Amino acid sequence: MIKTLLKSVREYKSTSILTPIFVSIEVIMECLIPFVIAELINEIQAGCEFKVIAGYGGVLVVMAIVSLTFGALAGRTCATASCGFAKNLRKDIFYKVQGFSFENIDRFSTSSLVTRLTTDVTNVQMAFMMMIRMAVRCPFMLIFSFTMAFVMGGRMAWIFVVLLPLMGFGLFLIIKKAMPLFKSVFKKYDNLNESIQENIKGMRVVKSFVREKYEQEKFAFAASDVCKDFTKAEKILAFNGPLMQFCLYSVMLFVLSFGSYTVISSTGIDLQVGQLSALLTYSFQILNSLMMVSMIFVMMTMSAESARRIVEVVSEESTLSSPENAVYEVKDGSIDFDNVSFRYSAKSEKPALSDIDLHIRSGETIGIIGGTGSSKSSLIQLISRLYDVSEGEVRVGGIDVRDYDLETLRNQVAVVLQKNVLFSGTIKENLRWGNKEATDEEMIEACKIACADEFISGFPDGYDTYIEQGGTNVSGGQKQRLCIARALLKKPKILILDDSTSAVDTKTDAMIRSGFKKFMPDTTKIIIAQRTSSVQDADRIVILDGGKINAVGTHEELLRSSEIYKEVYTSQNKADSEEVG
Amino acid sequence: MSKKELAGEQISEKEEMKKRRPPVQKGVVPRVIKTVFKFYPVRTVLVLIGIIFSAAVSSVPAVFMQKIIAIIETAWQSGDWDSVSKDVFSTVLTLGILYALSLAAAVAFNLIMATVTQGTLMKLREKLFNNMQKLPIKYFDTHNHGDIMSIYTNDIDALRQMISQSIPQLLVTLIVVITVLSIMINSSIWLTLVVLMGTAVMLFLTAKIGGGSAKFFVKQQKAIGKEEGYIEEIMNGQKVVKVFCHEEECKEAFDRLNDQLYEDSRRANAYSNILGPILNNMGNILYVVVALVGGLFLLSDTPNLSISGAAFSISIVVPFLNMTKQFAGNIGQVSFQINSVVMGIAGAQRIFELMDQKPEADEGYVTLVNAKEENGVISECEERTGMWAWKHPHEDGSVTYTKLTGDVRLSDVDFGYDENKTVLHNVTIYAEPGQKVAFVGATGAGKTTITNLINRFYDIADGKIRYDGININKIKKDDLRRSLGIVLQDTNLFTGTVMDNIRYGKLDASDEECIKAAKLAGADDFITRLPEGYNTQLAGNGANLSQGQRQLLAIARAAVADPPVMILDEATSSIDTRTEAIVQRGMDALMKGRTVFVIAHRLSTVKNSDVIMVLEQGRIIERGSHDKLIEEKGQYYRLYTGAFELE
Repeated sequence: MIKTLLKSVREYKSTSILTPIFVSIEVIMECLIPFVIAELINEIQAGCEFKVIAGYGGVLVVMAIVSLTFGALAGRTCATASCGFAKNLRKDIFYKVQGFSFENIDRFSTSSLVTRLTTDVTNVQMAFMMMIRMAVRCPFMLIFSFTMAFVMGGRMAWIFVVLLPLMGFGLFLIIKKAMPLFKSVFKKYDNLNESIQENIKGMRVVKSFVREKYEQEKFAFAASDVCKDFTKAEKILAFNGPLMQFCLYSVMLFVLSFGSYTVISSTGIDLQVGQLSALLTYSFQILNSLMMVSMIFVMMTMSAESARRIVEVVSEESTLSSPENAVYEVKDGSIDFDNVSFRYSAKSEKPALSDIDLHIRSGETIGIIGGTGSSKSSLIQLISRLYDVSEGEVRVGGIDVRDYDLETLRNQVAVVLQKNVLFSGTIKENLRWGNKEATDEEMIEACKIACADEFISGFPDGYDTYIEQGGTNVSGGQKQRLCIARALLKKPKILILDDSTSAVDTKTDAMIRSGFKKFMPDTTKIIIAQRTSSVQDADRIVILDGGKINAVGTHEELLRSSEIYKEVYTSQNKADSEEVG
Repeated sequence: MSKKELAGEQISEKEEMKKRRPPVQKGVVPRVIKTVFKFYPVRTVLVLIGIIFSAAVSSVPAVFMQKIIAIIETAWQSGDWDSVSKDVFSTVLTLGILYALSLAAAVAFNLIMATVTQGTLMKLREKLFNNMQKLPIKYFDTHNHGDIMSIYTNDIDALRQMISQSIPQLLVTLIVVITVLSIMINSSIWLTLVVLMGTAVMLFLTAKIGGGSAKFFVKQQKAIGKEEGYIEEIMNGQKVVKVFCHEEECKEAFDRLNDQLYEDSRRANAYSNILGPILNNMGNILYVVVALVGGLFLLSDTPNLSISGAAFSISIVVPFLNMTKQFAGNIGQVSFQINSVVMGIAGAQRIFELMDQKPEADEGYVTLVNAKEENGVISECEERTGMWAWKHPHEDGSVTYTKLTGDVRLSDVDFGYDENKTVLHNVTIYAEPGQKVAFVGATGAGKTTITNLINRFYDIADGKIRYDGININKIKKDDLRRSLGIVLQDTNLFTGTVMDNIRYGKLDASDEECIKAAKLAGADDFITRLPEGYNTQLAGNGANLSQGQRQLLAIARAAVADPPVMILDEATSSIDTRTEAIVQRGMDALMKGRTVFVIAHRLSTVKNSDVIMVLEQGRIIERGSHDKLIEEKGQYYRLYTGAFELE
């Protein structure tokens, strides 16, 4: 897992390595300073000349400046390395997702991908920062201070040998007990927040069912549960500080009593006052580093979950890719389904589609009708190879779709998805999704066919009108027509509309269809619709029911032969025929 | 970049600054402390005592060290340990006892602190949530949901940081600084002045560097916002990206944002990373300076100026050096806490703001009760009889009962979400019991607004709404809403099983009742095909269901509530017409003899209504049955024949 993550360090390798080096120099200086100070104190005590003091002072200031310089340098390189690492991680995840197939996309929900790209990356970035800065600093500090303590204090330093394992063990116990508690409570905490979000979003429902009290009770229960667990975990952590203080105090008492004994009884030969003071400094550094080490350990464990979630995306292999020796040309717009069956996952019990045998000639217009859940969308998504068939074969232009280069295939098979979106940007920018190089004339022409030109020209800014995120500033019908125009700009051999005119009025709907007929007669058109009026004039209409083809025929044939079609038609047209004719 | 975006940027920068740094109201910190104190008076006092005690103790070793070193000084040259051992041990023993007490205090206050912090947060969360339930819908319509949510997550977290760490830490620092400073002054005023001067330099640097860091953190925050916005947009439209083979362009756009974020966050972090080493080493330099000055004084026999009156000696200088380190360290701590204090205050402010929101007012006194009718007299009863009545207490103490029939009348109603902008003009509607009333009109014509007024999500500006002859302002809001079943276009489901979600409509409904309602709503078919049927767990607003399936569930949820009046607001917009017909038959059977309001875009949905109201810009322009409106050949006719498109 760590190996996969570290691949994203790349161009920040040098700063990532420099940081610990800089930090090491900083730490060495930091550890030497008390040593020199001890010497200074001893000199002062011995009543030296001011020149000596100034000399030591000069050395010390230089050391402090060196330490400051390298500390600051480390701070900079660390910022560069960790932010760069985070940048690359985000980039790698984003790029990976761009390579996902529909199947991959279905597996991760949108919100979970967003979380991975944001919160999880931030967590890992923090851990990385800790790692290159603190994880070097603390053990280094620990070892160096430990050595220095022996150099300075001699026998006195044995107190650390006794205390260190004691403190280490104490910290280990605390972490071992607290970690699982924290892990579980964080999950509960997430759930609690999720339920708040649900409540806020569903406030109209809560209020219209007068469920405020119920929600309050539900929340109070969950909140006190979280609180109980958090308190339990924090109470364990509460021993952290006192443990550290206990060790520090022990050292103090020991050094003060045993130290003064040594100084006096050896008349300052074994130990001097300067050392005494330095020992105290080192003891603080030693214990503090140990404490930090334990904190780093906790941080790392906590961010392990985030790391796992990131790796999950990064190591996900796209289930669809262009084959070697791919075909780069689509001959014509003919489509053949040969005994196709399809299931979304190998585990699903019922196949979404089964026994599909359908042959569409190039240039034909096909209507598809079927109830909610009859797999209309699944059927057409196989054509541009958004999913792969489970059995059988889908051919476009006589060649198996799996043999085409994906981009070639998808540029020739334009799909206007049911859940379609416009992106923030001008109308022109949105249209150019269909064809980057489209000229203004081409865009206007496409919009005319999609009956969008009229309302676009009505906007004060025309084609430069800014579309808000999610296209919230245009109506549903306008959005659909823009989406169609965008697809038309591809000049595809096959055009698929998945319920793409549901919000468009019937007259405009008819105009769009007649536009198709007039301006793109050679393009194969597949139209999924709820309204029979949208498919009525198609060459053939396919009735899907429960993932199977129920009937195929023209409007007139189906009216006679298909019960389903007849029912749908009459439910929609009872009055029409009388009033409008 | 478009013009709009450019213009927006300039405005938003200012706004963002405002948002991030709301004018710091006075009394936020006291209010936080007061809140904590109110929840846990005794414990808070205990914690305070514990903190003060252990902070004070942690700054006294210097005094003891002074003593010991003084002892050493007198004895070390002679090497006579025995003569001083008693003094040494008694000093150490005193210190040891102090330490033991301080440790005990620390353990106790840390434990109590855990309870106080978490308990306070829980109570705050509960208070927030409970108060939020009482807020009018207007609050949710006018506030970004993400913003409200971040009060519960970010702001509460910031507050936790402040309560459990910053405030105690600052308190500790304050006490340590005061005690250390007084010990310092006690031993040498000259050296203290040196330390204070150094401190001033440190604080100045902190302010300088901290300012730079803050500037880039704001920039970073902005860059994060932009990038997250982009990520969310693209992840949402990922399938469209694939269909258009637009991956490369997206990568490019993403890289631009990502690089910007990197640049800003690198700078912000660099600044804050540098602050640590600088403060740390400034402390070291200060240490050296004190050593030099102290040494100089020692050598030159400068008379000491101090409270204690002690002359300069090694026993003054050495502990002073340790105190200098402690002092500088604490000043560094303060500068590290500054950021989280500022964030904590901002968070607390937003928390209090939500907590102080005025709840929805309700002056209603007419309540809804189960009723039975005997010999033409309506009386209240406990059990559910299928008959409801309005219980209307009068000033003279008498109580009258009015049978609930679902007769809703709006007379000359005017309304605007914004006082200056009226969206409904002179709307008059009579819905008689058992009628199905439909609203048709373009987006923004005011269809949903009318239903918002009937259930009093909003209050009318002018006119009257009567429900069974009672002014709805007199009806208790809860009871009014209980009598209205509403199904909205955007369905909101809750985490839980399918069964739980249906039961939301009537909490004491049996499984059979729920299944019956699901069948009525035409939802039973797809539910039974789910992996675990009615026990299938739904999460993320039923993300694993299609929009149509979610709507069917919402209808089932309303059906199990079995309300006297039903409002269907685009409730079947994502359901195919064949299934819709099935649902409609079910609903018609359920609502037989009761009043139904229907809002729909699709005309086939409203065709069989008793009355159809065509709305345009807040006015009813046509009303009548389908046949009548077709005959009139007005707007409805044009809509119906497809000559006009609803937007």
